[in-house]
Amino acid sequence: MNHPMRYLLIAALAVSLGACSKKVKEVAPAPAPVATTNPTPPPVVDDGKYDASDLETDACLRQRVVYFDFDQATVKPEYQAIVACHGKYLSDVPGSRMTLEGHADERGSREYNLGLGERRGNAASGAIQANGGSAGQITVNSYGEERPTCTQSSEDCWAKNRRAEIIYTKAQ
Amino acid sequence: MQHAMSRALFLFLLVIANLAGAQTLSIDIANGNPSARPIAVVPFAYEGGGLPLDTDLAEVISGDLNRSGQFKALGRSDIIEYPLRGSDVKYPTWRLLKQDHLVIGRVLDVDQGVLRIEFELHDIATGQRLLGLALSSRRGDLRGAGHQIADFVYEKITGVRGAFWTRMAYVTSTGVGRNTQYALMVADSDGFNPQVVVRSQEPLMSPAWSPDSKKLAYVSFERGSSTVYVQELTTGNRQVLASFRGINGAPAFSPDGSRLAMTLSQSGNPEVYVMNLADRSLTQVTRHYAIDTEPVWTADGSRILFTSDRAGKPQIYSVAASGGEATRISFQGEYNARATLYAGDQKIAMAQGSGNVYRIALLDRSRGGAEVTLLSPGNLDESPSFAPNGSMLLYAAREGQRGVLYAVSADGRVRQRLVLADGDVREPAWSPFRQR
Repeated sequence: MNHPMRYLLIAALAVSLGACSKKVKEVAPAPAPVATTNPTPPPVVDDGKYDASDLETDACLRQRVVYFDFDQATVKPEYQAIVACHGKYLSDVPGSRMTLEGHADERGSREYNLGLGERRGNAASGAIQANGGSAGQITVNSYGEERPTCTQSSEDCWAKNRRAEIIYTKAQ
Repeated sequence: MQHAMSRALFLFLLVIANLAGAQTLSIDIANGNPSARPIAVVPFAYEGGGLPLDTDLAEVISGDLNRSGQFKALGRSDIIEYPLRGSDVKYPTWRLLKQDHLVIGRVLDVDQGVLRIEFELHDIATGQRLLGLALSSRRGDLRGAGHQIADFVYEKITGVRGAFWTRMAYVTSTGVGRNTQYALMVADSDGFNPQVVVRSQEPLMSPAWSPDSKKLAYVSFERGSSTVYVQELTTGNRQVLASFRGINGAPAFSPDGSRLAMTLSQSGNPEVYVMNLADRSLTQVTRHYAIDTEPVWTADGSRILFTSDRAGKPQIYSVAASGGEATRISFQGEYNARATLYAGDQKIAMAQGSGNVYRIALLDRSRGGAEVTLLSPGNLDESPSFAPNGSMLLYAAREGQRGVLYAVSADGRVRQRLVLADGDVREPAWSPFRQR
C-alpha cells in the first residue's frame, strides 16, 4: 500500500501547484471585443472556497501525509502545497477539525521518539496555521515509533514512518 | 463477576504460560569469560512419592549461573557422579573435573502439593560445605525455588546478592498497522512463566516497576492518546495518573515509591515532572524548549537523570529531583538516551547511537573517570534495564523484522537471547528484588 501511495504522492506533487490553486484560478481571459453572433457562456460561479465535498475529490486535499527527514521536524518545501491546501480548507470550513498524528522511525529510544513525533505534529500544525487554519481546529497526537506503516529496518521503510498524518475528525 | 473474570483470566494466563514454556531459550556466549567460575550442579533427586517433577531444578540453577557470565556450569554429560548428600561427595572426582564448587540437592514431600527442597553448596578445593539450606515450594513454583537457590549460591560465592529470583516486564506486539495487538507482560527473569498484565489494540509503552514490585506504571494509548496508568499486579486494579493534553509518558517510581517522575508536554513541549502520589500534585523538574524525557532516579532519590536534545542530539543530563540547573552526563557518542542506573548514578547504561548503529553502552563513573564500554553488538539495540544487583542487564534488539530481548552480563562478555513469544518483543524492565 505504501508504494502506490508514494507514487500517488509524487504524481500529486507534480500537479499540486495547479491542483491546489484550483479555487483561486483566474477566470479565463475575456474574449476579444470582436463582434460575434455566438453569445459567450455565463462564467462558472465559484467563490474560491473549499467545501466538504472537496475532501475526497480535490487532488491536493486527498494528500494527508507529510514526511520528514531523520531526527528532523521541519516541513520540507515539497510539502508546502499540502499544508497550504489543508490550511485553506480549515479556513474555508470553520467547523472542520483535524488531528495531526506525529510518528517517528524505529531508530533511537521510544520515549524520545514520542517527543519527536509531537514535534513533527506541531511543525505540521504550525504550517497549516500559517496557511489559514486556527489552533482550535487542530489537535496534535504523537504516537512516536509505536505505529509504523512499514516494519523493515531499511532507509526506505524508515522514510515512510517519519511522518505526520492529517486525519479529519470533523469534515464541516 | 469480578471473581469470574479473574478466574477466566487465570485460566487464560495458564494457557499462555504453557505455550511459552514449550519454547526453548537460546544461549549466545559472546566471548565467554575466562574468569568464569566452574561449578557443577548435580541433578536433584525427587525422594517423594508423587508424580515425577516437571521442573529440572539443576537445569534452572545452571541456566541462571551461566547467564550471569560469572559461572560456567559443568555440562550434564560430564557429570559422572550423583551425590545427594554431603556424605556422598567425593571431592577428588570434582577436582579432577576442575570444578571450584558443587551444588547437590534433593526434593521431599511435605504436604499435598508442597515440597521441601534441601540443597548444599560445597567448596571443592577445601572440601568444605559452604551452605546447607532447605526451602519449601509449591509444586507449581519449582522454577521459583530454583531461582532462589541460584541466588543463595551466587551470593555465597561472589558476595553479591543474587537477582535471579526476580521478574521482568516487557511489551509485545503482533500484527501491523491498525490490526496490531499489544500486550504488557510479566515473566520470570529468565523469560519463563509469561503472564499478561494488559492487552490493548492501541500501543502500550514504558513499563516501570514500583520499588515493592507490586505495581507497574506504564503508558497506554487506549484512550486515544498517551496516558500514564498504575496497575496492581495481583488484583489488576488500575488508575489513570496522567492524561493531560499532549504527551503523558516515561513513568519512573522514586526509590521510596512515594513519587512518580514522568514526561508531560502540557506546556507545549516535553518536560520532566514529578508527581507526589499521595495528592497527585505536580512539580516541574525541567524547563527547556528541547525534548526532555526518560527520567530515572538515583538510588537516594535526590536526583533525576533524563534524556534531552538541548545540545542538538539526545544526551543524558542530571538534575535535582526538585528542579534546577541540569548538568550534562554523557559526552562520548553522538546519541545517548534511555539511561538505566546502578550504584547511585555511578554506572549508567544507555542506548548509544552512531550513524545507523545503536548499541547498549555502559558509562562507569565509579573510578572517578568516564569509562565507556559497549555491551551489545547492535544494530538497533535499545531500552537497557539493570538487574537490581547490577550484575546483568536486559535490553531489546531487532532481528529481521521482529524485536527480541537479550540478557547481557554487566561486563558484556556473556549474552543470551530470551525467546519469549512470537511477534515483536521490546522494552524490558527488570524488577526490583523480591521479598523472601
